[in-house]
Formats: sequence, C-alpha cells, structure tokens
Amino acid sequence: MLFFSYFKDLVGREVTVELKNDLAIRGILHSVDQYLNIKLENTRVVDQDKYPHMITISIFDWESVDTSFKILQFGLSVRNCFIRGSVVRYVQLPPEGVDIELLHDATRREARGG
Amino acid sequence: MSAGPGLESLVDQTISVITNDGRNIVGILKGFDQATNIILDESHERVFSTKEGVQRLVLGLYIIRGDNISVVGELDEDPDSRLDLSKLRAHPLKPVIH
Repeated sequence: MLFFSYFKDLVGREVTVELKNDLAIRGILHSVDQYLNIKLENTRVVDQDKYPHMITISIFDWESVDTSFKILQFGLSVRNCFIRGSVVRYVQLPPEGVDIELLHDATRREARGG
Repeated sequence: MSAGPGLESLVDQTISVITNDGRNIVGILKGFDQATNIILDESHERVFSTKEGVQRLVLGLYIIRGDNISVVGELDEDPDSRLDLSKLRAHPLKPVIH
C-alpha cells in the first residue's frame, strides 16, 4: 500500500510513464488505484515521431503537429489515457514530488513489517 | 478523491486500446471490469507499417482480456476522423516484455 499512497500524493503533478513496450507517455497524474493502474491527463508521447500510434489518442489538430511545443500551444480539450499498472516499467517523478527522507523511513518501516 | 482510474467515464465513447503484443484496436467501450477486461463494439484494428499507410481491419464486437491490455486512450472522434491514416507510417509497436 506504500506506493499506492505515495502515488496518490502525486496526483496533479506531471509525470512521465515509461511502459514495458518502450513507449513513454507524459501527462498530469489524474488518478491511481490499488493495482497502480494510472490515468493521465493532457498526455503526449515522448518521441512522437517514432511513435505516432498514440496520435489517435491525443486530441489536437493534425495539421498543427510538428513539434510538441505546438501541441502544447493548441492544447485542445481533454486528452486522457488509462495505463494498466502491469505494463509500467518506470514512472519519472518531478523532483519536488520526492521526499527521500520520508520514503526511506516508510520503506524501512514496511520492511520491518509495519 | 478516492475514485481510482476506472474506465466508467469512457463507456459508450470511442477508445483506442494498445495491447501487449503491440496491436492498436479502436472501438466503442461497452463494458469493463476490475481486471480491465474490455468489451468493444464496432471495433477495428489499425495496422501500422513503414511500407504503406495504416490499414483498417474490421473486427466488430470484441472482448479483450485485461492481461493483454497496455493502454486505453480516449479518442476524440473529430480530430481522429480528419486524421489521414493512409499517410501515417510507423514501425509497429514493440510487444510488452515483462
């Protein structure tokens, strides 16, 4: 439950989720559940040129797509996606969202068995 | 804020599913459960290749087992319908390696 609580505290922050198929998706953390399934808002794919598969997921004007800067600028409505917890390889966190001391303590407590 | 990232909000909407073997299936979400098993109606697969544009394979009503699902994306129909799939070229997505 430690990491579930930890991710719940990160809701609203921008994270990059790297999947086990090498796709990396950046977005605002919308919610997380017990399986560490993740829902992201305002998503964009890191390295969009190589992975246009998610373009159809992202909502923006096709004509305007050449840089992620423009995508942000157009920033049309909601672009949400649900990522299954089982395919997440890494979650890159904002540095200010990490309290190392607190995590150390919590993991040690957990390792001791609560 | 206790509601997890469920798919309730996407029911009856067009979604795009990326499966663990790298396939991309688009359809209308009709149902799901806690294991992310998904029922898709009027679905089709989009086959990406570098040699030609994206091919559409009609699948119809489809159930996808949750184990095999990587990403579920909300699809906005308007920009999507303006997307020229015949010009879109890319390597197929890699499969998930656990």
